Amino acid sequence: MSLKSPLGKVLGSGSAREGAGHWWAQRLTALAMVPLTLWFAFSLAGLHGLGNFGDVHAWIVEPLTGILLILLLLSLLYHSSLGLQVVVEDYVRGWLSVATLIALRFIHIVLAVAGIYSVVRISVGVYT
Amino acid sequence: MAEFTLPANSRVRQGVTHKASPDAEQVKRFKVYRYDPDSGENPRLDTYEIDTAKCGPMVLDALIKIKNEIDPTLTFRRSCREGICGSCAMNIAGGNTLACTLSIDDIKGDVAIYPLPHMPVVKDLVPDLTIFYAQYASIKPWLQARTPAPPDSERLQSKEDQELINLPSACILCACCSTSCPSYWWNSDRYLGPAALMAAYRWLVDTRDEATGERLDELEDPFRLYRCHTIMNCTSACPKDLNPARAIAATKRMLAERRL
Repeated sequence: MSLKSPLGKVLGSGSAREGAGHWWAQRLTALAMVPLTLWFAFSLAGLHGLGNFGDVHAWIVEPLTGILLILLLLSLLYHSSLGLQVVVEDYVRGWLSVATLIALRFIHIVLAVAGIYSVVRISVGVYT
Repeated sequence: MAEFTLPANSRVRQGVTHKASPDAEQVKRFKVYRYDPDSGENPRLDTYEIDTAKCGPMVLDALIKIKNEIDPTLTFRRSCREGICGSCAMNIAGGNTLACTLSIDDIKGDVAIYPLPHMPVVKDLVPDLTIFYAQYASIKPWLQARTPAPPDSERLQSKEDQELINLPSACILCACCSTSCPSYWWNSDRYLGPAALMAAYRWLVDTRDEATGERLDELEDPFRLYRCHTIMNCTSACPKDLNPARAIAATKRMLAERRL
């Protein structure tokens, strides 16, 4: 039992002085994804079937495709990281929350690095 | 933390039914949440049949009629009976509102009445609003200025200045908005909730106040402010037709603008 005053409970450890950056980044990445996702969807539709390795490969090795793919990966995974962080903060408490937040951040970084590495590897012709 | 089932001692059971007298003209059934902490029993839903031909027009009139004529143990808060004190805020027919400003005729079928959602219940329809009031106190709801007040007059506002605070300062702190917000249900220990945030906004846009920066500093927190996900239950619940969701969005914009 605690006899801490209601105001003391509400004030807690004070304001984290953080949140505006997160909010702004979430909106910027959403904005960036509008043209990038449209471009990605229309490009895939323009390819004659995703089963044709040669077509897809020829598309990815184009410099503009590689750049845009990396930009899409970055904004998508950054946005996903920010959004899932909010979901965990909403619904999970205590040590489980901290553990989930750490795991989510690591997974997103791994996915981003793996994605960029794949695009670069294909683009520079290591993988043919 | 999100809770998707009620604790075992909070499950609502079927209660007793108080039948209307045989000569009643227009019978309306009121299903009212009853909880008595002293009894050690679970909450129950009692049914009261009311002859609306012999009752005032508002839901509060029916509650007073029940208390006066059928069951004096029914406990609820009420004071002004005209929508300005905020005492009779409760969950009626699925929505948070004031019992005194909701017409019985506007409710189709039986009238379900519960206390404000997800708050500790003191008794029957009386919720414990201690934390809610502490959240209001935490945003320092008073004027803070370094410029001394003029010695012989009040601090002046233009008409446009006054219009900025006109609506947000009309809040009566009934708690309908905060207790309708899922984010507030899950995280009210750290999220301030729409009522306290609109009160904070009321001082952020007050042109006489000089603590805007400090106020924004205190609000900028992943939980205090940014648990708001623009669900907008607050705005649809507000019995005074105010717009807490817009006030919170404007506060987020102020925080974004000062760092750009």
